Amino acid sequence: MRLIEEATIVEHAEFTAGYRRLVFQAPRIAALAAPGQFVHMRIPELSPEALRRPFSIYQSHAPYLHVIYKPVGRGTQAMMHAPPGETYNLIGPLGRGFPVAPDGPPPVFVAGGYGVAPLSFLAERLPRRGVAFIGGRTAQDILCVEDFASRGWDVRVTTEDGSRGERGRVTESFDRWVAARKDAGPAELFACGPEGLMRALGERTATLGWQAWVSLDRPMGCGIGACLACVQHVRDDGGKVAWARCCTEGPVFDAKDLVWDGVAP
Amino acid sequence: MTAKPDLSVVIAGIRMKNPVVLASGTCGYGPEYADLIDFNALGAITIKGLLSEPWMGNPPPRLVETPAGLLNAIGLQNPGVDAFIADYLPMLRRYDLPVIVNIWGRTMQEYGEVAARFNDVEGVHALELNISCPNIKAGGMEFGTDPKVAAEVIGLVRKRTRLPLIPKLSPTVHSIALFARVAEESGADAISLINSVPAMVIDIERRRPVLSNGMGGLTGPAIRPIAVRLVWQASRAVKIPVIGMGGISCGRDALEFIIAGASAVAVGTANFLDPGTALRVVAEIEDYLRRHGLASVRELVGTLQFKQGS
Ligand SMILES: Cc1cc2nc3c(=O)[nH]c(=O)nc-3n(C[C@H](O)[C@H](O)[C@H](O)COP(=O)(O)O)c2cc1C
Ligand code: FES
Repeated sequence: MRLIEEATIVEHAEFTAGYRRLVFQAPRIAALAAPGQFVHMRIPELSPEALRRPFSIYQSHAPYLHVIYKPVGRGTQAMMHAPPGETYNLIGPLGRGFPVAPDGPPPVFVAGGYGVAPLSFLAERLPRRGVAFIGGRTAQDILCVEDFASRGWDVRVTTEDGSRGERGRVTESFDRWVAARKDAGPAELFACGPEGLMRALGERTATLGWQAWVSLDRPMGCGIGACLACVQHVRDDGGKVAWARCCTEGPVFDAKDLVWDGVAP
Repeated sequence: MTAKPDLSVVIAGIRMKNPVVLASGTCGYGPEYADLIDFNALGAITIKGLLSEPWMGNPPPRLVETPAGLLNAIGLQNPGVDAFIADYLPMLRRYDLPVIVNIWGRTMQEYGEVAARFNDVEGVHALELNISCPNIKAGGMEFGTDPKVAAEVIGLVRKRTRLPLIPKLSPTVHSIALFARVAEESGADAISLINSVPAMVIDIERRRPVLSNGMGGLTGPAIRPIAVRLVWQASRAVKIPVIGMGGISCGRDALEFIIAGASAVAVGTANFLDPGTALRVVAEIEDYLRRHGLASVRELVGTLQFKQGS
């Protein structure tokens, strides 16, 4: 179930250096939102002809709905000064999120940059605990560590410049951990971040024989399945390659269904 | 003036409650919008372009935003006629909503085959013939930019279908009046225009086109004045009704098309911004009719107060 809602901004401030958090009063969407889903947002600070922008949901405690963003593009920069009290038109919650099963193998989260946001939401809803790998370029790009630590997760931070946690890529830290646990049996991966990272994790979990869920971030038009702009190659039930829409069949996919050829990472 | 203005129109034999249609390719196959807007309150829906078999379209990136519009190169991805009839049409039949099916072919024969497929299918009210898609090599636009070829494909489909036929014209022709007449003489019951305008956006860092297909079709408010001009010229050239589209996002925009000569209008790109656009356009047209003391929207069609010198 998805709907269109006029959401009022109740809070809008710096989240950590370089990132901002928007909190909406959006009681109807917030009541339905699940981890990994997104809202398609009309940004009134842009011209009325501008496309909506998709944002993954960071937290949802009805009536409040939170998103985190980094002001980098035209849309997010225009949003920066939206004052509390202003209304934004949202369509949501959209897409298929992460499965939230009470039982299963030990969960392993891998986040790149603000891809951590939906995983934080998932940590809140998933009644299992495990290891969370959080990677970014610099210490500034490491967000939400406390969200996991406070819920009893084993958090491993990596930065490419070594300014926080281990130095290197998040996949290196992940690989070392996997090698060390050797015969511990399969785990279940939940990941969100840049496409290259999702692909790398998909390949690793295929070799390991783990169930893996990865979230893809794609430019979108409609956000509701109509325009076919956001497609990704997948293998269908019959084994044939087909297109799936990241806004509707995704953004979260079973990594073993994804076919990466022909798509620029 | 207190009586409710009459918004109904008849286009190509299709009775519509009002002249506002959802444009092909912007409203999927139906279910994508059915829970967000009231289908029973629309003039009609136009289904995304169908081929005789499933078609993959272009690889991503398929869409990029442009000033006051967007550029797309979806490449007519579609599940094929049979899947549409089996999986989507039953759901559409539940509404009191005329269904126009947009079709295309890779060859002239294929246009005919796709059209014929709907002869014994219930719940399809007209065929829109896409001879103007800029995003595929074979098929689409090459059928719509040569008047002889256009006449042949429209004539062939006319023979193969019992349904009203609405060729969709390309904006990139020297004389739109010529193509409008060609359509009329080849048996069209109405014409629709415009399809997207071939265009390009370049990523200067990589020195590559942004879209995988190289070029794409420009739509949205950026093309509206082009579309209004073409609708004006086309509608003066023929007696059959015109469905006008291109950048409509409010009643005012739609009224430009109607005054220029369109008997109905279609809303495309604006659905992405606000799924309620078409219904808002209906309400705003009604409001205009009231303010101007007009009993019917039909009184307004082609009433542009302008005579071009010979
Ligand atoms: C994403 C997208 C897909 C489209 N697909 C089709 C199509 O399959 N067949 C067709 O005849 N027109 C297609 N169109 C063109 C629209 O039906 C319409 O002619 C055009 O977008 C102009 O209207 P607008 O400016 O309101 O969008 C498509 C347009 C868009 C934006
Ligand atoms: S964004 Fe339109 S189909 Fe996914």
